[in-house]
Amino acid sequence: MFGYYLDLALRSLKRNRMLTALMVLAIAVGIGASMTTLTVMHLLSGDPVPTRSGTLFYPQVDGNPTPGDFKQPLDVLDYQSAMDLWSAHRADRQALIVDSPVRLHSADVNQPALMPGMLSTTSDFFPMFDVPFQYGAAWTSNDDDKHARVAVISADLNQKLFAGRDSVGKMLQLRDTDVRIVGVLKPWRPKPLFYEVAGGRFANGQTADFYGKTEDVFTPFFTGLELNDGNFHSYTCWHMPDTPGSLKSSPCAWVRLWVQLNDAGKVASYKRFLDGYAAEQQVLGRIVRPQNTRLRSLMEWLDYNGVVPSDVRLQMWLAFAFLAICLFNTIGLLLAKFLRRSGEIGVRRALGASRAAVFAQCLVEAGMVGLVGGIGGWLLTMLGLWLVRRQPTAYADLIHLDVAMFASTFTLSIAASLAAGLLPALRASRTTPALQLKTL
Amino acid sequence: MQFKPILAALRHHRLATLLIALEIALACAVLCNACFLIANRVALIHLHSGVDEASLATVQLNGYEDAKGVDLNARVLGALRGIPGMQSATLLNSIPFGARRGTIGITLDPEGKKFGGVVEFYTGGPGSLHALGVHVVSGRAPQDDDFHPFAQLIPEQASVQITRSLARHLWPDADPLGKEIWIDQSHYRVVGVIDRLVRPDPTGWPGDQKDWSVFVPAQSSKYMSGSYLLRADPKDLPRVLRDARAAVIKVAPDAVLDLEGSQTVSDLRIQTFQSDRAMAGMLVGVIVALLLVTALGIVGLASFWVAQRRRQIGVRRALGATRGDILRYFQTENFLIVSGGIALGMLLAFGLNLVLMQHYELPRLPLFYLPIGALVLWGLGQLAVLGPALRAAAVPPVVATRGV
Repeated sequence: MFGYYLDLALRSLKRNRMLTALMVLAIAVGIGASMTTLTVMHLLSGDPVPTRSGTLFYPQVDGNPTPGDFKQPLDVLDYQSAMDLWSAHRADRQALIVDSPVRLHSADVNQPALMPGMLSTTSDFFPMFDVPFQYGAAWTSNDDDKHARVAVISADLNQKLFAGRDSVGKMLQLRDTDVRIVGVLKPWRPKPLFYEVAGGRFANGQTADFYGKTEDVFTPFFTGLELNDGNFHSYTCWHMPDTPGSLKSSPCAWVRLWVQLNDAGKVASYKRFLDGYAAEQQVLGRIVRPQNTRLRSLMEWLDYNGVVPSDVRLQMWLAFAFLAICLFNTIGLLLAKFLRRSGEIGVRRALGASRAAVFAQCLVEAGMVGLVGGIGGWLLTMLGLWLVRRQPTAYADLIHLDVAMFASTFTLSIAASLAAGLLPALRASRTTPALQLKTL
Repeated sequence: MQFKPILAALRHHRLATLLIALEIALACAVLCNACFLIANRVALIHLHSGVDEASLATVQLNGYEDAKGVDLNARVLGALRGIPGMQSATLLNSIPFGARRGTIGITLDPEGKKFGGVVEFYTGGPGSLHALGVHVVSGRAPQDDDFHPFAQLIPEQASVQITRSLARHLWPDADPLGKEIWIDQSHYRVVGVIDRLVRPDPTGWPGDQKDWSVFVPAQSSKYMSGSYLLRADPKDLPRVLRDARAAVIKVAPDAVLDLEGSQTVSDLRIQTFQSDRAMAGMLVGVIVALLLVTALGIVGLASFWVAQRRRQIGVRRALGATRGDILRYFQTENFLIVSGGIALGMLLAFGLNLVLMQHYELPRLPLFYLPIGALVLWGLGQLAVLGPALRAAAVPPVVATRGV
């Protein structure tokens, strides 16, 4: 029966090519626009560590001693709090994080000095975030303690300096310190660069830079602090620091801490630990708002920072408004088309076709328009994404059509055209056979 | 032209009429708001910076030891000033549309109770304010004895110039000259007001805050180093910048030249607004596609109605209606449908604007967008219906005598 309906639909669509083309075009343009923006949205609002984002948390305590009724703690920690929380080792894994620009030179390579970003972190960082290695491995917690002169480099930097060859064991000069490469990462591009995200709520929706690339050099936390002393930036300070760039004892917030907590019980007990720590520090006079502790999960933290740029969201809503206009268009055209065939439908009804059958026939025709429109929409989506990739945004190189979005293109297209066909099909199925036969 | 028969005919096609009207309404709402968004982006792109952008460029260095900053400045400024065609080379920590090193919160009292806002501190050496080409509108420009070296991140005290919009924000009813601003225990006396001096990152700030800048005079110091403002004739500027980059690499082997940051201010400006330009372009694309789809929808439905009423048209023609009558019939019909859509569309446009205002810090939609949107859609409707209407007018009276 379905085959027969398909045949009917094909005949009907062929009969009025102009009208059919208009409907297909409207669906294709609407789908192209909405799928382009939806794909960007999908890629930017995804989970950066799908394997274990549920167990990653971002602890916050309010290190700002200035009295005042602040509702939220600062987005990053002061050195003292970060160090206390980290060294308590209450989580399954924990990584301190601070980044700084560093002068890099390699004696093995005849290239001018570079200024890459350096991430100084503790050894748990790599297993905790599932960071993939191409060569070698991460440093150990022993290296953390010994302030070992070792480094892990990104695939990009390895390509630039060593043409992608195994560079484990080679030496790099970071500022004035020689470090030995112990690991080279595979290309790793978490979207967004979640472990660096902070301050998003002050960004006025201009958060495209959260989707930048990772740092090129990773060093043990204390090694980094030593070798690049004087070159660290603070998130914010409540007094002018005495020694800008050397922030260990400064009145500044500049260190991040991420923890991994494997089950709900641990999350609850870590939150209690945080509260306890804040209360204890209040007694010591270092913290004035002990109630301002937070333990947001990775996705909550991204949400709180509003990481998806507001322009991307605006584009998506616009595209869907546009799709709605295209659909109204299609409904009108389908209605005209079906009603035009009232005579034919009347004959079919008189010959015994039930209302449901007529309804189904009309819907099959609408779905066919959706299918063809979907192909057009898919091509237009590819064109749209190509245009997005040419934009000078930090996330341009991330944009591609994955399988899920490819399937969604056709699902959305057929669903939209079926929705558009409902009303016209209903009207067509209510055709009274007698009346139509009389006018024939 | 009588409306009555048209309305009677439309009542027969209630659903199709309603759909086209709804489409027009939605198009009207999106059109008005998209145009308003474009106007906002275009205004942002054409932001008045207050500086002689065409004559300015910058060279940015990093990777050197802070302790050697003063020595580096002497070497680099010496080399830059020797370049033929260079009108001036001066120290300036932050660069309009470029490097940003002085974003800081200020207060109006030493206790830090009265918060003044987050401003940009342009800390600059002798000649830099002049080189920027900003206009001092009251008070005075910096004098030679205003410039002092400093040991901290920013000078501990200075006589400063502030922009007019910042002055108006800090002291709406008083003369800003002689007033003081504070950062922690450091304080700055306002001695001059400048017309405009845009922040390095204006796109991130709402309204007047794009222009909240303070110029702090200082001498070469370890925390004012590695950032240089070059001024040359706009015709020479690209060559001067090229020479400057080459010269700096030679005299400062201990530093790393930041190629991305070392550009002409005009180029930096283009990069600053690139995403806004892209967004405006996308909005234009949406509007064009929207109008096209709407027009095609009208064409489709009108053609259809014409074909359906061929016989009636023939009858009317046979009974004495002129071609003009038939043409006007379809034009009036379209006008009525579009008008209905526009009436609803204006309400929708307003509602959409309210939503956008909540989420995107957008101002209220100026009312004049509504009549303009209406005119565009009326024009579009008439244009779209013209083809089918002409075809209808061409139906010969003899059709009335033939069978279906």
